Amino acid sequence: MNFSWMAWTLPTALFFGTIAALLIGMAVWEYFSPGGNPRHGILRFETTRGDRLFISLLGSGFINLAWLGLIGPQLWWALALSLVYAICVFRFV
Amino acid sequence: MSTVSTSTNTLASMDAAQSKALRRARRRAAPRTAWVVPTLYIIFLLLPIYWLINMSFKTNTEITSAFTLFPRDFTLHNYTVIFTDPSWYRGYINSIIYVALNTVISVGAALPAAYAFSRYRFLGDKHLFFWLLSNRMAPPAVFVLPFFQLYSAFGLIDTHIAVALAHCLFNVPLAVWILEGFMSGVPKEIDETAYIDGYSFPRFFFKIFMPLIASGIGVACFFAFMFSWVELLIARTLTTTDAKPIAAIMTRTVSASGMDWGVLAAAGSLTIIPGALVIYFVRNYIAKGFALGRV
Amino acid sequence: MEKTWNNRAWFLVLPVLLLVAFSAIIPLMTVVNYSVQDTFGNNVFFWAGLDWFQELLHSPRFWQALARNLVFSGIILAIEVPLGILIALNMPKAGWGVPVCLVLMALPLLIPWNVVGMIWQVFGRVDIGLLGKTLSLLGVDYNYVQDPVDAWITIIVMDVWHWTSLVVLLCYAGLVSIPDAYYQAAKIDGASGWSVFRYIQLPKMHRVLLIAVLLRFMDSFMIYTEPFVITGGGPGNETTFLSIDLVKMAVGQFDLGPAAAMSLVYFLIVMLVSWVFYTVMTNYGQES
Repeated sequence: MNFSWMAWTLPTALFFGTIAALLIGMAVWEYFSPGGNPRHGILRFETTRGDRLFISLLGSGFINLAWLGLIGPQLWWALALSLVYAICVFRFV
Repeated sequence: MSTVSTSTNTLASMDAAQSKALRRARRRAAPRTAWVVPTLYIIFLLLPIYWLINMSFKTNTEITSAFTLFPRDFTLHNYTVIFTDPSWYRGYINSIIYVALNTVISVGAALPAAYAFSRYRFLGDKHLFFWLLSNRMAPPAVFVLPFFQLYSAFGLIDTHIAVALAHCLFNVPLAVWILEGFMSGVPKEIDETAYIDGYSFPRFFFKIFMPLIASGIGVACFFAFMFSWVELLIARTLTTTDAKPIAAIMTRTVSASGMDWGVLAAAGSLTIIPGALVIYFVRNYIAKGFALGRV
Repeated sequence: MEKTWNNRAWFLVLPVLLLVAFSAIIPLMTVVNYSVQDTFGNNVFFWAGLDWFQELLHSPRFWQALARNLVFSGIILAIEVPLGILIALNMPKAGWGVPVCLVLMALPLLIPWNVVGMIWQVFGRVDIGLLGKTLSLLGVDYNYVQDPVDAWITIIVMDVWHWTSLVVLLCYAGLVSIPDAYYQAAKIDGASGWSVFRYIQLPKMHRVLLIAVLLRFMDSFMIYTEPFVITGGGPGNETTFLSIDLVKMAVGQFDLGPAAAMSLVYFLIVMLVSWVFYTVMTNYGQES
């Protein structure tokens, strides 16, 4: 079976590796402390940490896109901003 | 029909009668004109379909030169063309094959999963459910490009199974969603009693549980059939000749042979028939099915 | 119903997981890989970084298509949801009319999408279509091939024809689930038709309406086949929606990189919207 059509590159492999690591990390966390720490945050509905991770990732996607569209192709600052955003999400949502 | 007026008089007499049908009729203080709205809507729905069927019985000259509400030179020629030309009728056979394959695979895989979602909580269940649903929401156009590459790599291009598997992308989540709704309506005590009575899981599932949600399975099959039958973009991309669906054959004819309106209309009319047949079988559950089993 | 914790339930989900992962995760990974590279075929790829994304985000064509999609979905929801409710409220609740209505109304839903497009393409044609011909005989200047407004009207009417039944059936399912006792109570209180609708029927339809809005938004947001068959995206680019542009790029021109970048942005938007709808839907279910 030839998979060269998938055209893997190091950055994209790292990207998916990170996502996979995050998911595995969440699963382990969930295994040792089940229930997902549900609470009502500033969005006024119940979220678990899985929800918070999803909101962080989705939001980061849009932050990076907005940075790319409005400012420029140097995404390191956008990544930093995403990280701050993710921390806020995990803290307040 | 819906012209049941519920004046105070009839209410009183109905209370005396206590007949079941009449009690149902009292449900709603429907004005006498209620039937107008659905009737107008149905006429609106049927007009274009009528025009298509009307055209399919006309000759091409009549279609292009005259504007007739009924076929003047009634002809079955257009249908004869389709039923005698393999490149036409093979399209119907191809469509039916992959739609049937897809329905079996989708509902077969969705049954145990829906049971798991309706009965148990497990690690990541809610996120898994949302992820499944997000595939139902994803635009097929996004998947067209990688699908072609993926199925080429597996040597599956132009096979029925390729289209059937690709359509699982949106049909499996939908089937899980519908079946989960229907299964949640079955009390859990039934499972527990069966296990106490010494039923194994497979035996319980096939002997007791599946008959209980038979209507749900029917509705799930209906929806799998429906969305696989109506989808064209993916089916067209993954096939070239041997498994080409009828819908794709129609688009090719439009561009190739000038405009054979009559045959095109006949082919279109024939694609309506399988759908109409299936709706008839699930007519009593269709509304509940559209509500995904949970109303 | 209280569910028990059982991680072995994963085994029941496994077939679905494998099936959908094959069709969803591998393609998604491929799209991400393509979106940062350029190719001239033969599986030879060159690193392109974020160029495609930047190009996309600065292309008016993309923003216009996105705007068209949003406007279209908005119009569709604004027409189909109230119309669907109206029809569902007036549908017969018992007797022979019920199956007749259900079967006839569901009919357009079962027609292959390109046939739907074909039906309306023919129906609206000025030379051979019932609608187009009648309008032109009445002196209305209607031509969906040349006039953008007419093209839009045709596509919207086509979509209303195609999908309003979905809303009707969903609302109908909600309405028939209302117990008789509610109506009797309303009767005794002398409630008006409007308050019966506002305080009994509408709350009962809330859930199904959410499903209807979710499905209608998503399906209209990814619309491809019907407008492609009717107008081919024209006149000009007036009815070019995101999907049409995307397929043109991916299949027509085989521009893998730009198409992949566009797919990802499209996908992100869809994820956001479906997450919002889904969250609203599930949380509403918990409260009631």
